[in-house]
Amino acid sequence: MGRRRAWLVIAAPAVVLFLAFWLLPMVKLAGIGAATSQGMDASAYWLVVTQPRYWQSLINTVALSLGATLATLVIALPVSRFLARHPDFPGRRVLMSLLLFPLAFPGVVVGFLVILATGRQGVLNTLSKALSGEPVVLAYGMAGLFIGYLYFLLPRTIGVLMAAVEGIDKHWLEAAQTLGASPWRRFVDIELPALTGALTAAGAMCFATAMGAFGTVFTLGTRIDVLPITIYDEFTNYANLPVAAALSVVLGLATWAVLYLANSLAARTARGN
Amino acid sequence: MTQPLTIRLDNCAKTWPDGTRALAPLDLSIHAGETLALLGPSGCGKTTLLRMICGLERADVGGRIHFGDDDVTQVAPEARGVGVVFQGYALFPNMNVAQNVGYGLKIRGVDAASRRRRVAEMLELVELEALAERRIDQLSGGQRQRVALARAIAIEPRVLLLDEPLTALDARLRQQLRVDLAKLLKTLGITCVIVTHDQEEAMMLGDRVAVMSAGRLEQLGAPETLYRAPASPFVADFLGTLCRLEGGEVTSRHGVESLTFRPHEVELAAPGQGLPARIQARFFLGSHIRFELALADGQRFTALAAPDAVWQPDDAVSVIIEQARVA
Repeated sequence: MGRRRAWLVIAAPAVVLFLAFWLLPMVKLAGIGAATSQGMDASAYWLVVTQPRYWQSLINTVALSLGATLATLVIALPVSRFLARHPDFPGRRVLMSLLLFPLAFPGVVVGFLVILATGRQGVLNTLSKALSGEPVVLAYGMAGLFIGYLYFLLPRTIGVLMAAVEGIDKHWLEAAQTLGASPWRRFVDIELPALTGALTAAGAMCFATAMGAFGTVFTLGTRIDVLPITIYDEFTNYANLPVAAALSVVLGLATWAVLYLANSLAARTARGN
Repeated sequence: MTQPLTIRLDNCAKTWPDGTRALAPLDLSIHAGETLALLGPSGCGKTTLLRMICGLERADVGGRIHFGDDDVTQVAPEARGVGVVFQGYALFPNMNVAQNVGYGLKIRGVDAASRRRRVAEMLELVELEALAERRIDQLSGGQRQRVALARAIAIEPRVLLLDEPLTALDARLRQQLRVDLAKLLKTLGITCVIVTHDQEEAMMLGDRVAVMSAGRLEQLGAPETLYRAPASPFVADFLGTLCRLEGGEVTSRHGVESLTFRPHEVELAAPGQGLPARIQARFFLGSHIRFELALADGQRFTALAAPDAVWQPDDAVSVIIEQARVA
């Protein structure tokens, strides 16, 4: 069994790394959450699921992330299809660079951009006041958050979906066409099934990114609490480590649960076809 | 089966957006129920012509396409009722064999029971009944080809178009499926256009063969006519080997500038009876022997002889060309 021993030797560093940097801190984090926090007789987990302030924040986060993910996919799909199917129209390269430009921005910059566009001194407000006299400010509410999330989710998603659309054999679509399928039927029967994997992967990436988004929300200073902000507050403002730890674990679990659900749904759709 | 249909192309040309000409203006009539083979090297415009017939490519302004009495020039591919087998087959990977074959019927709103019946009928026709539930990636190349064929004819098309249907298969399987396909096309009695770059395939499957080169129709006719009376050196050369000898001994002996002939039209004899030549190489091929020869002035040509021919490399022979054509 020299072969098996060799495997162990090769795998050992990876196992050590995994233990040291993933498992141990995770166990520690989960442990901290199980402790009772200042003057309460229940564990922080119990607190997190029973106190409206906390679970409201969880619901906000999941709802906002799901909404942003869906909106991103709905916007990115036609854009990606267009870009993938039109490899050389004038201005394509410039458009691509503009679309991908925000990729490197930290959340803080994205938040700032949203304020510039839709804040009190923003372009949108100035325009609407000039046109109708009514001020329109989106930056500090749900709409502002939503726009901010789209800002950093769209470029990533368009990249992934474009590659997937380019991978579709155009003869499949032509075959469907000669068999009598309208553009809509071709899209539903041939394209969507071929894109299910990419859409699921891109959606999962969007959702996980949105669940953990911090910088943008922090910059916008909204009244809406999302989990990363709540965790930050508990940690820095109240020094409530157990609750911060418990919320972190809940954030991880909620993200995992939604992704698991989406994956099994996608697998079932693929099989159903 | 529906009544077979005549296809008529009038003045159909194709120019790509960048200005290159894929197809020079062309008139072509395909008789009802016949199989027409479009034969030519790659890039000759044969696939473009096929795509124009099914509507995936539009002819330049002025071109007209008729199916029977219907002018289909402006009709979209989804409404033309044409069955197409694509090169590489383009089977839908998200559907199994039965779903692929039944897709066109599903689009047409055929109810599930009739659809099942028709799909079973089609799979029986191509001898794939046992594989109805298979995924596409579990099929061999030959099976895929038959699924693509079944899918194309399930919709009872008015016209059947096949784009290099056997090219993706290995040589032995290709031989077998060629015979099967010829039989099936005869059974169906449908008007059929088949694109191929393989002259043997074209001659076996086509009632008539249209030889194309560089976007033009070189010659159209029955395989035998094309072989025996090629209208141009290109056609002659594309349908089998064509040899050409000229000047010197050829002129003095035959009284012409040059001779063209096919390898089987050459008879080899002992020296002194015809053109003197020397054997360069000998290939035993079972049913015949292929000799590579050279005249004294170095001109080379090929001859086929019966398998009992005794000549060996370096032997001097004389060459009698039976049905020599004057080129």
